[in-house]
Amino acid sequence: MPIIKEKHLLGTRWFHWINFPLLFVMIWSGLLIYWAFPTYKIGPIHFFPQWLYDLLNVPQRLAEGMAIHFFFMWLFVINGVLYVSYTVFSGEWRYLVPQSLSTFRHAWSVVLHDLRLRRDLPPQEKYNAAQQIAYTAIVVMGAGSVLTGLAIYKPAQLNWLTALFGGYEMARMFHFTLTVLYLLFFAVHVWQVIVAGWNNFRSMVSGWEVVNEEERTPAS
Amino acid sequence: MKKNERRHPELSLPDTEAQRLIRHKTRRSFLVGGIAALGAVGAYEWFTHAPAPSENDIPWPQRRVLDFNGRLSEAYLDDKHLMATYPPDKVGGVKVNGNFGMEQPLEPENWKLQVTIPGRAPAFLSLADLKQLAKTEITTRLSCIEGWSGVAHWGGARFSEFTRNFFGPGQPVPPYVYMATPDGEYYVGLDSKSALHPQTLLAYEQNGKPLEERRGAPLRLAIPVKYGIKNIKRIGLIQYTDKRPSDYWADEGYDWFAGL
Repeated sequence: MPIIKEKHLLGTRWFHWINFPLLFVMIWSGLLIYWAFPTYKIGPIHFFPQWLYDLLNVPQRLAEGMAIHFFFMWLFVINGVLYVSYTVFSGEWRYLVPQSLSTFRHAWSVVLHDLRLRRDLPPQEKYNAAQQIAYTAIVVMGAGSVLTGLAIYKPAQLNWLTALFGGYEMARMFHFTLTVLYLLFFAVHVWQVIVAGWNNFRSMVSGWEVVNEEERTPAS
Repeated sequence: MKKNERRHPELSLPDTEAQRLIRHKTRRSFLVGGIAALGAVGAYEWFTHAPAPSENDIPWPQRRVLDFNGRLSEAYLDDKHLMATYPPDKVGGVKVNGNFGMEQPLEPENWKLQVTIPGRAPAFLSLADLKQLAKTEITTRLSCIEGWSGVAHWGGARFSEFTRNFFGPGQPVPPYVYMATPDGEYYVGLDSKSALHPQTLLAYEQNGKPLEERRGAPLRLAIPVKYGIKNIKRIGLIQYTDKRPSDYWADEGYDWFAGL
């Protein structure tokens, strides 16, 4: 007999889906700003090639990028603060935040499993160990983006913050690196959602999932 | 587990009933999500395509946001908020990024600084007059709005001290300062709080030598609490004013405050 079960809380879903376009707009407007002084590269990989800027119509839009970035920063921060508060007060953080060192060992097992290198999965509750690490890290990264962003936005008024990140240029480098990490997170996240299938995706929109009684694991 | 039952309800239902219920919940949530997404796209379109206050400006909602951020930053700014300073051997990386307002060659013998204050006759100063004021030297960062930055060693008179010569103790200074090149082609608007900040100099020396022409000789503004665009070169006019002055790059869509 199928069981219909609520998986994701209303608040979790709203904050997640509001954050998605906000972060997208922050990255997009950030790219419009970055174009004006595109300095970073790793070996031969240059961030970013000219064809990419041309393809996305990025050049000569610094003023527009700054105006968009410095409006959406407010919404990004407000939504992030609300999400973290909600997660703390609802108790949902217990499922999300790694609570022992074994989480890291289990996360490695999950990675091996997902790469088809290991058959069984470690026991889990709502989120597996790799998810716990990823979903906690992304919140810490969000806070990191806000702080490094403030450090390069107001290096005189918040000079202590700029100094904390090793100065103006280091803070800019961290701010950029975090953005690249979001893109990597996004690629893995979307791939995992596709692999997990419709029932999982639907639960992030509607909140509910269908579980067949015989498939239930003892932990759930 | 028991405690979570209420928050994470489970419904055990016959097959067809379960299918019907989950379809209903799915349909409703995707509908709400779709409407919310359309609303968000509409709001973004409005924010990025609303009319601009003037020809080269950004849409007015964006201008309002930048001005709001600027007022907030100005209210928070304090004379104790200092841009980091460096030892003189860290000097380097300051590019010459524009010569707006300096297309005609400088004629040092004809240069003079005009200072205007509401309700008073304009004053005209020479470089020698400025050198009467105590000389301050500072090695600090010049941050371009494009994202690059460099370290420069400036020598000149504190703008706050320069101002004190026109406004006695206790006499209020107008809230804004406007500066322009002699030909008026380049101009900046400043809030007085930033202009009177202790690191703001009317500089006539860079890296221990008199300013080069391309660096803004004979007199330029070194205002580390603002982006490079406000560090106007070859100043010909300083105007204390009660009305927020126009600004070259703000007219082109950039933040008027442009403060760090």
